[in-house]
Amino acid sequence: MAAITMGQLTKVYPGGVRALNEIDLTVEDGEFFALLGPSGCGKTTLLRTIAGLEESSGGSIRIGENDVTSTPPGRRDVAMVFQDYALFPHMTVTDNIAYPLKIKKVAGRERTVKAAETAAELGLSDYLERRPGQLSGGQQQRVALARAMACHPKVFLFDEPLSNLDARMRLEARTFLKRLQRELGVTTVFVTHDQAEALALADRIAVMEGGKIRQLGTPSEVFRRPANTFVASFIGSTPMNLLDGVVRAQGVEVGDQLLPVPVGLGDHLVEGEKVVYGIRPEYLGHAPAAVPGSLGGEVRVVENLGSAQLVTLEGSAGFVQLVVNEDTPVAIGDHGYAVPRQDRVLLYRDGDLITGGADPSGLSADAPSLAKGPA
Amino acid sequence: MTRPTEPHATPAPPHDERGPREQSGEPATAAGPSRSDGPQHARRDSPEREAAKQQARKAVAGIGFYTFISLLLAFFALPLLWLATAPFDSSPGLSVSVPDFTLQNFQVMWDNPYALRSIGNSIILAGGTGLLVVVFAALASYALSRVRLPGRDMLLYVLLLLSSIVTGTAAMVPLFNLATELKLIDSQLGVILILTGGLLPSAIFILKDFMDGTPQSYEESARVFGASPLQIVRHIVVPIVRPGLATIAVWSVAQVWGNFLIPFLLLRSPEKSPAAVVMYTFYTEGGQANLALISTFSLLYSVPVILMFLFVSSRYGFRFHGGIKR
Amino acid sequence: MPETSPTDTSTGTLGNGSKGRPSAGAPAARESGGDAAGLGRRRAAGFVAPSLLLITAFLLFPALWTIYLGLTDYRLTGFAAADPQMVGLDNFTNAIGDDRFSNSLVLTLQFVLGSAVLGQAVIGFTIAWLMRNRTGALRRTVEALVLLAWILPSSVITFLWIALLDRDGGTFNALINTPGTAWLLEYPMASIIVFNIWKGAAFSMMLYAAAIGNVPPSHLETARLAGASTWQQLRDVVFPRIKGHILTNLLLISLWTFNDFTPFLLTAGGPEDRTEIMPVFIYKIALQSGELGFGAAISVLMLLINLVIALVYVRLLRQRKDKTA
Repeated sequence: MAAITMGQLTKVYPGGVRALNEIDLTVEDGEFFALLGPSGCGKTTLLRTIAGLEESSGGSIRIGENDVTSTPPGRRDVAMVFQDYALFPHMTVTDNIAYPLKIKKVAGRERTVKAAETAAELGLSDYLERRPGQLSGGQQQRVALARAMACHPKVFLFDEPLSNLDARMRLEARTFLKRLQRELGVTTVFVTHDQAEALALADRIAVMEGGKIRQLGTPSEVFRRPANTFVASFIGSTPMNLLDGVVRAQGVEVGDQLLPVPVGLGDHLVEGEKVVYGIRPEYLGHAPAAVPGSLGGEVRVVENLGSAQLVTLEGSAGFVQLVVNEDTPVAIGDHGYAVPRQDRVLLYRDGDLITGGADPSGLSADAPSLAKGPA
Repeated sequence: MTRPTEPHATPAPPHDERGPREQSGEPATAAGPSRSDGPQHARRDSPEREAAKQQARKAVAGIGFYTFISLLLAFFALPLLWLATAPFDSSPGLSVSVPDFTLQNFQVMWDNPYALRSIGNSIILAGGTGLLVVVFAALASYALSRVRLPGRDMLLYVLLLLSSIVTGTAAMVPLFNLATELKLIDSQLGVILILTGGLLPSAIFILKDFMDGTPQSYEESARVFGASPLQIVRHIVVPIVRPGLATIAVWSVAQVWGNFLIPFLLLRSPEKSPAAVVMYTFYTEGGQANLALISTFSLLYSVPVILMFLFVSSRYGFRFHGGIKR
Repeated sequence: MPETSPTDTSTGTLGNGSKGRPSAGAPAARESGGDAAGLGRRRAAGFVAPSLLLITAFLLFPALWTIYLGLTDYRLTGFAAADPQMVGLDNFTNAIGDDRFSNSLVLTLQFVLGSAVLGQAVIGFTIAWLMRNRTGALRRTVEALVLLAWILPSSVITFLWIALLDRDGGTFNALINTPGTAWLLEYPMASIIVFNIWKGAAFSMMLYAAAIGNVPPSHLETARLAGASTWQQLRDVVFPRIKGHILTNLLLISLWTFNDFTPFLLTAGGPEDRTEIMPVFIYKIALQSGELGFGAAISVLMLLINLVIALVYVRLLRQRKDKTA
């Protein structure tokens, strides 16, 4: 068990691509930590640099007490599960799980016993003699996990652990993975491009873009108070409404409506400045008739989400999306009004969240970490 | 190299958007006499006549097809028949005939001082070359596939060119000289080294394809567990590319097995010559050709190639790497 | 070197071009240079070294030496063997002015055009086209026979043809009732052309079978629905689609046929010098008459012709690779 500390970590590929740009990050001991971002953001490079598969161009990495910046991967005491699991196709499940022990020169018999124990923990006892090709995707993933567990590393590294599973298996595996990590209590870093996966699994998330960390925080922080418009539009299964507005004496003007300023932000705004008014579709109420401080428009699209409906309104502020209850009657062509939940409204100046002194969401304890993203 | 992506890949553009009827009624596209049986005739002829015509046309096409195939089969089978009949004929002649069955001819071959020894020589040459080619090509292709050595792309390009350009026939003069200088004339080692040098570029290419197609995550995974590079090669890479190694082994053995020119140029003593050369001397030496010997020896010499061919085609499908010869 | 040629790449055509695996949002730079096993450059260089050494010694060096020899009056025996003199381009000008050389050049051209470009390619394509929708015994028999001709050792098949075409006891004369016709003596060029078609059609057959298999059936069906005849289907759908394969095929079989020494086993260049194609010609000049310098000069010309064909071919390959990459 160990924390991972990265300082000023930089990776420049030959050819000048800056995959990592002075990353400062600490993953706490026992934490389940997600690296989240779109493809090419550097998250996989960061994971591989922690593993030692990539050499950093600058900065340092510590795992526990040890500086491992230039330690070869095999001596970092980490285990990695690859996106394609990388199970050796010519070895049986037992041999695959025992492989790390073989490298550590554990005797043959002991290896088999330990491999069987680990396999049993993951419910793989019936497949010990099979080859990876004869297993389902979910079973393959568990073999890969077992192989990673077999050598009791200080750190687990997972590269897109769920992406090779079909949708149904993925949910099951997600729950399994979270339970397993809780039980083992091993520091775990995983990479994903799926924000829902990151929100569901992680204790904390680092949202990355262009080789930098744009926001670091717990899932609820990242979801409720995205530190910038990039994170705001990346997180959430329905992206946040980001509407252009102008600060006025009585509120924020969005389209032809004047909306109230979020509590505590009044002192931080300058009259006449341009801001972006952010509100998640989930935090917009629906009203059939005009309500003060609401955004009106004509219903253009209604998407059924099962227990809810995603309604797209077109009004003076442009397109506004809101999630309404499944029972709410909405029809295309109707007029509708979206009513913001006041304590969930966010304002962005030049792409960054405007934070007041007091944080109405009660999340201010982590305000310093929010500021860690680059300016 | 997959399919070409030319703009003409789809049927000529104007044809696409029209219905078949509309298009066939247009004289510009209805070029050539073959069009006369197009759908516009359907409007003139009664359905029955049209059906009968269709039937007749099908029959003619069928007869044409089978005639052609029969001629083709005859053309390819005819020379081979002798190899199937003569070895078992008590008085083998040059023409194909139903054999008066005997195995006596094999005794003749057995007693010939050069026949079996030459097969042994072929095994030495093919085995030695095969081994060297597989080992060296595997090492080189792995390194070239995984490590960006300076000038790698250029090197591959030059190798590809060299292997196409410098053929045994075009380079026979310097090869002969080189062998003389290095005292490799009449040496089986010399033949093995020269053949290995000639086969290596192609072998490296084929194997590099295999290596490139193997996900690097296997090796990375082993590496994170602490395996050393050589352990990775031994535990992971070799087992995974084994089909590729087998392909190269079979391919290079087949190449050497059939090769005539290089041993013909470089080996002087008959007792060192492989089957390819000895076979040639059997039928070019003066006097009456010994058909009992030639026929049985041909068969014995051919069987390993046929077995390898069957092995490759059953294991990987013959198409897999374009065949084992050439 | 021994009729090897760039099989590898041609084979790529036939094989499953298993290039390119999914890259999950990983930087492109990692794909091609990643030293996955941590080999390191020094060890990698050590892995490549033995191959490079042999290739340099027995492929590159001979090529360069051929060029040098071509500039000397080097002979196998005699005075010039001990002390070869530089004679500059004399060997080349001699070769170009030499009747035997121009005779050989014409014969080689006939041989390559007749047996490879026309013979093997056309027969190979025809078989591939006729067999495209067939499975079962007929297809397997045809393919097995054609392939057998290709894989059997050359000194065996040449004797099979000597037997077949024999003046007195040959099966061929008996079959078409032309007793006493010595085909190898009376029609030597035609004989080796037909022989080479027989021997080499397999490669073209396989390449075209793979190429035709890559033509989407929907395209052919579209043409058939439009009422196109077989010829029109070929012209409008198949040929445009397999242009690249045709070019590859023609280049490779031309290269191989041009460098083929097997006809020597059948006719040894004779009668007189009527089948003295380039490889046989070089063998006779250099190793039978011992004029190594002159032989090398002709070899250089041959290397040049090979170079031209190979350059076109490699360029073609690279274009394709870029396109598919």
